[in-house]
Amino acid sequence: MSTSESRFNLYHYAAPQAFYPVAGKLAPIFAAIAVVLAVAGLWIGFFKAPTDAVQGEVYRIIFIHVPAAWMSMFVFLVMAFWSAVGLAMNTRLSALMAQALAPTGAMFCFVALWTGALWGRPTWGAYWVWDARLTSQLLLLFLYLGYMALVAAIDDPRRRDKAGAILCLVGAVNVPIIYFSVKWWNTLHQGASVSLTKAPSMASIMLSGMLVMALAAWAYTISVALYRVRVLILERERHADWVRGELARLGEAS
Amino acid sequence: MIWDSWGAFWEMGGSGPFVWGSYGVTTVLIVAELIMLRTRRVSSTRKLNRLMRAGHGRKLPEVQGS
Amino acid sequence: MTAFSAILRRDMLLAWRSRADLLISLAFFVIVGCLFPFGVGAEPNQLRAIGPGVLWVAALLSCLLSLHRLFAQDYQDGTLEQMLLSPDPTVLWILAKVLAHWLTTAVPLLLITPLMAMMFDLEGGAIRVLTISLAVGTPILSLIGAVGAALTLGLRGGGALLALLVLPLFVPVLIFGAGSVDAYLSGTGASAHMLLLGGGVLGALALSPIACAAALRISTE
Repeated sequence: MSTSESRFNLYHYAAPQAFYPVAGKLAPIFAAIAVVLAVAGLWIGFFKAPTDAVQGEVYRIIFIHVPAAWMSMFVFLVMAFWSAVGLAMNTRLSALMAQALAPTGAMFCFVALWTGALWGRPTWGAYWVWDARLTSQLLLLFLYLGYMALVAAIDDPRRRDKAGAILCLVGAVNVPIIYFSVKWWNTLHQGASVSLTKAPSMASIMLSGMLVMALAAWAYTISVALYRVRVLILERERHADWVRGELARLGEAS
Repeated sequence: MIWDSWGAFWEMGGSGPFVWGSYGVTTVLIVAELIMLRTRRVSSTRKLNRLMRAGHGRKLPEVQGS
Repeated sequence: MTAFSAILRRDMLLAWRSRADLLISLAFFVIVGCLFPFGVGAEPNQLRAIGPGVLWVAALLSCLLSLHRLFAQDYQDGTLEQMLLSPDPTVLWILAKVLAHWLTTAVPLLLITPLMAMMFDLEGGAIRVLTISLAVGTPILSLIGAVGAALTLGLRGGGALLALLVLPLFVPVLIFGAGSVDAYLSGTGASAHMLLLGGGVLGALALSPIACAAALRISTE
């Protein structure tokens, strides 16, 4: 009984019309969670975590650098998941989800690169080193930009959804290949002159600050993606009657 | 409290520019993303409303007053 | 198989009729290669060090230059839709078209590579390894590029968009291709690089025609 009910729900919410109000309810909740977690994480990061014995205070960049790097990779995986679902099940909503996630993933990707550069300067003496992780992060940013450029260039909604999904899957297949090839290239060219391995034992308070910030990044991503997918749904379903009512309501509110 | 003063907090043991450069740019990017999202919502709502009124105004009595 | 050879023969013939285009991408390869000594200086040791990488990047760009033509003409005159509707397996004639692209753009480039390599003061053994690595690696470029060409078919700004989509995916090929010469020169031998490139060809052969077929269906519907 319960399984059939949940399956019904799943398909029910796969329709943009059903998902739109749900997203509207969930987005502010996740936004609030993100704010609370970010405040808590920053409090731990700046007022609880002690000074690092080796790196001094500059290590505090870790509280955004690592969550941003995780998030940028994870968001690409989630986009690939939605793309696969969209191609396999032919649902409109999944492609819209992938498109709603892309700008936030690209933003986190850039944040990871930027904070990595600012962290690298005092610790290794250079803003940029062609390290495997930094380089594959840069290539991931290019993949995000390519996806967004392709989606923006296509006018026909059906083609946009599917072409974006194929590109996303092709990119997802290539991400591990890129990572390992860059790593191989990096070990050949640089040897062990630059070692990016973190201190082996990170104080648990630092780790917990980082994890709280990572959860905040999750909540932020979910919230922003839900807000964005609402706009995408309105644009896509503009001819549906319920969208007209919603638009009229929004038009009066603003 | 691990900081002696607010001055020491902003100083960050000499690496203030790097730490605050990281956090500052991240904040700016997040705010920019939120503003862009809002702008897009407002502009596309406005555009779609205009299209709707131009094409099918009669079907939507609520819009006529605004 | 008849569809395969028919398409292959047709595309080769079309390429031969518009051979000026092929010469342009070949000339592009030569000119890009020749620009680097002006940029970085003509010191022989330095040229030897950058030569393989420069020639690989030039080959990659030259391949990119000709990619957008892969499906464009068939798309414009409607042949592509006919081929998609035909009972022949889509993957098969896509492979034929990609093979034709490789034969007409990469093979001339391979023939001229030894000459270019000599301009970078590379020696016999290094030239051989470079040419083999290009021979093994360029099919991957054509195969991945075909997916990008199919996705960007008929879009505004298609050429630059294609570059943005495809170039990040070319990076592993570039790493192993250019790296093979360095490995040969450092004495470790290039066989590991060649095997990885070969594995890349097999992987791309298996996956990219499927993605390409899906992309073509989407772009033409």
